[in-house]
Amino acid sequence: MTPLLSVQDLTVRFVRKGEADIVAVDGVSFDVGPGEIVGLVGESGCGKSVTSLAIMGLLPGRTPRVGGSVLFDDGAAAPTDLLTLSDAALRERRGRDIGMVFQDPLSSLNPVVPVGVQITEALTRHRGMGKDEARTEAVTLLERVGIPDPARRVTAYPHQMSGGMRQRALIAIALACRPRLLIADEPTTALDVTIQAQILELLRELVAETGTALIMITHDLGVVAGLCDRVNVLYGGRVVERADRHALFASPRHPYTSGLIGSIPRLDSDPADELPAITGSVSDNLPWDHACAFAPRCPRAIETCTTTTPVAESGADRLLRCHNPVGAAR
Amino acid sequence: MSAPTTWAQRRRDRIDDTAGRSLTADALRRLRRSPTAIVGAVIIGIFVLVSVFAPLLAPHDPAQAFPQLLDQLRPGSIPGPQPGFPLGSDQNGRDEFSRMILASRQTLLVGVLATVFGLAAGVVVGVLAGAFGGWVDTVLMRVTDVLLSIPSLLLAISVAALAARPSQTTVIIAVALVNVPIFARLLRGSMLAQRESDHVLAATALGVKRRAVVLRHMLPNAIGPVIVQATLTLATAILDAAALSFLGLGDADPARAEWGLMLASAQPYLDVRPGLAVYPAIAIIVVALGFTLLGESLREALDPKGRR
Repeated sequence: MTPLLSVQDLTVRFVRKGEADIVAVDGVSFDVGPGEIVGLVGESGCGKSVTSLAIMGLLPGRTPRVGGSVLFDDGAAAPTDLLTLSDAALRERRGRDIGMVFQDPLSSLNPVVPVGVQITEALTRHRGMGKDEARTEAVTLLERVGIPDPARRVTAYPHQMSGGMRQRALIAIALACRPRLLIADEPTTALDVTIQAQILELLRELVAETGTALIMITHDLGVVAGLCDRVNVLYGGRVVERADRHALFASPRHPYTSGLIGSIPRLDSDPADELPAITGSVSDNLPWDHACAFAPRCPRAIETCTTTTPVAESGADRLLRCHNPVGAAR
Repeated sequence: MSAPTTWAQRRRDRIDDTAGRSLTADALRRLRRSPTAIVGAVIIGIFVLVSVFAPLLAPHDPAQAFPQLLDQLRPGSIPGPQPGFPLGSDQNGRDEFSRMILASRQTLLVGVLATVFGLAAGVVVGVLAGAFGGWVDTVLMRVTDVLLSIPSLLLAISVAALAARPSQTTVIIAVALVNVPIFARLLRGSMLAQRESDHVLAATALGVKRRAVVLRHMLPNAIGPVIVQATLTLATAILDAAALSFLGLGDADPARAEWGLMLASAQPYLDVRPGLAVYPAIAIIVVALGFTLLGESLREALDPKGRR
């Protein structure tokens, strides 16, 4: 099966005058199949959001240098490389082929425009609908994402809605043009736990119903565990482990993945036990070009880790970038 | 027993209450509750009514000199209030009251037009600079800096003095020009803030065209402070226009009544009849105060922090 989206060796480098460049994304590759839910997981600063913005061509300003390719299968003979498209061509695809749901639903909605208008904007732009038709469709969409009394909510302003409702509206906007790929950048981070569960459930239903593929960007392994088919664990701008959800949670091989899973509080653990944590912070990273970036924080680091770059190796059920993975003999 | 009203229900009702109400209506509702705004609005209301109906309200022709007043006019004495002439005569034997009323038209015209032109040009410059950034921004803002570095009255005087023949038009242009950089700088700043905002990113991610992003998503969110500034500018424009007239750079037509000009020509007679200077001065102050009060309350009403 050809992938819907194939990110190959994506690099994003922020060039600074008189200082070393910041490499936010350092050769990330992954595929998303049609209708598949793929997770991008990692802590703050690992390059998840920059990856998603690079796919959409939304990186700010002129400073970022983007390398690699982002191949999108739009039904043509050969997939299109989104990175080579002009601004105008990209704008045609944004919203129509690829939708995006952002982290903070309040700040991502235009405060002076009723939510209904923000939905119809996408419909008239990409689906060529007339005003009335778009308005009817907007009501249907709001109803579909579970907003009560949609006919009235269409005229509501974002500040007149609750947080959960806003995120539902944002999802309605993103799905308005039935994109084939939806990128959700931490869509539940700003919501409280019960609403989080509802929103995740809604996303799952919608992608199953419409056949939209979903890239789920999150730092929350709980979200991944409940939703994703396949998970990419990012560290320092590279994919360090990729596996199916079940394989990943059952037997994490990379020490970072294992540390992340180990630091989730469990209901059956002894309250007296200290919760395991990954020591240090992202600022301790080594440069990838002659070491493993995670080595300074890694409990399983061996000498090789600080001298040689680990190569990504594709095994039977996963991709792994580690000199001394969990489960290997020391 | 009746069904208990839960907090959640009440909250839902309250949200429903405001659902669909436009932001403008919301701001107007808050304005109506502010005493400052009401005082300002009443002053401006009276001022506008007076200037609109000035020809009906004025008992006499403001340009006409009356023999019975001229008779009483001699060095060191200008006739004061008397039957038919409630504010007495001016230094040329004309009815001061009618002149005061007719002058409100000039003031309103100059103030509003200067503000509108200044606002329009400032918005264009501000949108261009704020939306495009880069060299467009740099060039426009350096020019703005230069204009802002000149004291506004001095700038207005220079522009008005450049004109071959001082007239009402030159006053309007001069005062408008002074305000262009103020509006432009203000709008550019809030446009820049909007450009970095999440909802603009979200709109871009939706494939909304660039022009629509700028005009529908950035500008309406950025314009608030500019509208407030415009209200306050009405006050300063009136003061600036009066100052230009006072300095002899205003309308050259002596028959046309104008508060600043009246103030200037009353100067030699301050010891004879101070009223001639006091009436226009008070009028200018009160009208400027009205616009300032309304502008300040408008700012409070539009301030998003005041919003629930």
